[in-house]
Amino acid sequence: MITATGLDVAAVRADFPILSRRVRDNQPLVYLDSAATAQKPRVVLDAERRFYEEVNAAVHRGAHALAEEATDAYEEARQRIATFVGGHPEQCVLVRNATEALNLLAYAFSNATALAGAGRVAAREAGFDGDPRLVLGPGRSIVVSELEHHANLVPWQQAAAKTGATLRWLPITPTGRLDLSDLDRIITRDTAVVSITAQSNVTGAITPLVPIVERARAVGAFIFLDACQAVPNSPVDVAGLGVDALCWSGHKMCGPTGIGVLWARAELLAAMPPFLSGGSMIDTVEMTRATFALPPQRFEAGTPLTAQAIGLAAAAQYLDGIGMARIADHERHLTACALAGIAELPEVRVIGPTDLVDRGGVVSVIVDGVHAHDVGQVLDDRGVAVRVGHHCAWPLNRRLGIAASTRASFYLYNDEDDVAAFVAGLAAAVSYFRGR
Amino acid sequence: MRLDSLYQDVIMDHYRRRSGHGLREPFTAESCQVNPTCGDEIRLRVAVDGQGRIADVSYEAAGCAISQASASVLHDAVCGLPQSEAMIIESAFHALMQSRGTDAGDPEVLGDAVAFAGVSRYPARVKCALLPWMALKDALHRSEGISR
Repeated sequence: MITATGLDVAAVRADFPILSRRVRDNQPLVYLDSAATAQKPRVVLDAERRFYEEVNAAVHRGAHALAEEATDAYEEARQRIATFVGGHPEQCVLVRNATEALNLLAYAFSNATALAGAGRVAAREAGFDGDPRLVLGPGRSIVVSELEHHANLVPWQQAAAKTGATLRWLPITPTGRLDLSDLDRIITRDTAVVSITAQSNVTGAITPLVPIVERARAVGAFIFLDACQAVPNSPVDVAGLGVDALCWSGHKMCGPTGIGVLWARAELLAAMPPFLSGGSMIDTVEMTRATFALPPQRFEAGTPLTAQAIGLAAAAQYLDGIGMARIADHERHLTACALAGIAELPEVRVIGPTDLVDRGGVVSVIVDGVHAHDVGQVLDDRGVAVRVGHHCAWPLNRRLGIAASTRASFYLYNDEDDVAAFVAGLAAAVSYFRGR
Repeated sequence: MRLDSLYQDVIMDHYRRRSGHGLREPFTAESCQVNPTCGDEIRLRVAVDGQGRIADVSYEAAGCAISQASASVLHDAVCGLPQSEAMIIESAFHALMQSRGTDAGDPEVLGDAVAFAGVSRYPARVKCALLPWMALKDALHRSEGISR
């Protein structure tokens, strides 16, 4: 079936071996948990396998034939991944996942603050040139939002605790969108950094970036974007966003686990002190000191994530071959179907926007009188895989006055039948628990 | 049907009419437990009398049918028992939950709690069933500390 948006879902599904699996007494799998992790097309698995079978060697060290080929393959992968978001390869640091990328950024501030206190010479020897914008302390602030995944909240709590900086946040509206009415009072002259999600993993609300970026720029604060729910699902061009850094996890865009990307402006990468240290990230080492490689290698200590990077590059190639705009349209269509189906169920309430304006392809719901765990159990019993719980955004749940919700998330390999299975499963949960 | 083997009638009955629900005074110790994967919470109090007998268990909890029913079953199972006997039930329940569906549970020891045998086949739900029992164990431990 080719959808209105021109995506041949049956052909796409054939690329993903796991989607033909059966679960729970031989029922077809309906996978609606891609916002947690996406399934992998065969081309990604083949790319990793081919690397291990034909090329594998440690990169950026050794001078033998395989070492050269592996290094080339790794750097070509970086190039391909950078192209996916319109960035330069020198600006893409390959890390384990978005959580590591956000920690790298948060540690840049706490490390810079500690090193600034150690004196200029010591700071320089440790790889920090003294950029005052990275130095925190009482009287400076870090701004996040109430929508954040724990990965873009807890590292900043830590940075605030270590430096004495104040943590502030943009609140949300009852429909789970960011409330910018107090923007100018929250992002102020004392703000060092604004780190914000591009799209909520719970409500699906897409962040209105322009006013936030403008405000951050106006006060001289860095602006970072947690793009975990954006890069896998829609076209993203870093040049047009106006942010200083952006990160995402490869496994949510059909890539392997264990690989994520931090894209950052060259000037920021040059200013940040090292995060993890050790091999690969140095120029020279003596017993008491070291000098450091230029970015991105400066932030890639240890043997790089080589096969993972090659797998992620294959995923980028695969998704670009289908077209990110087409994937975004497809998810939008499925989201519309889901919202329309849910609207027919009086016992089910959507957590987040119920229209399609600035909204991504995750739909979280509360079923009146049935806990999310029990809803998820009924869905699982029908072979439908969804996420239940607080979705690693506990403060958001508290703010909305809910303990847990049931989330379906859509991707390129889902179709209208999958949405129908979700809606039917919700109805089944209502009748199962009401009927007993 | 798979769902019915998980949500047995005993479990659904306890979920609908939770025994001993609500926080009461007096109490000797209290424990708050949370399931970090789903955010389910319980605050549970024990009142232990001078003879080491559990006079009352009271609780407030937010969570799924399994965790709510488990708290209710716990209340009925241990109220009035010496602490040592309550801990024998706790151990048996813990073992049942870890059994991955291989154990039906001993009704002589567990009473209504054998209805949770089906839960052990769903590793993601075992924590739901264990949450109130973890709170009980912790509260009794604290209560012992207080009485010393």
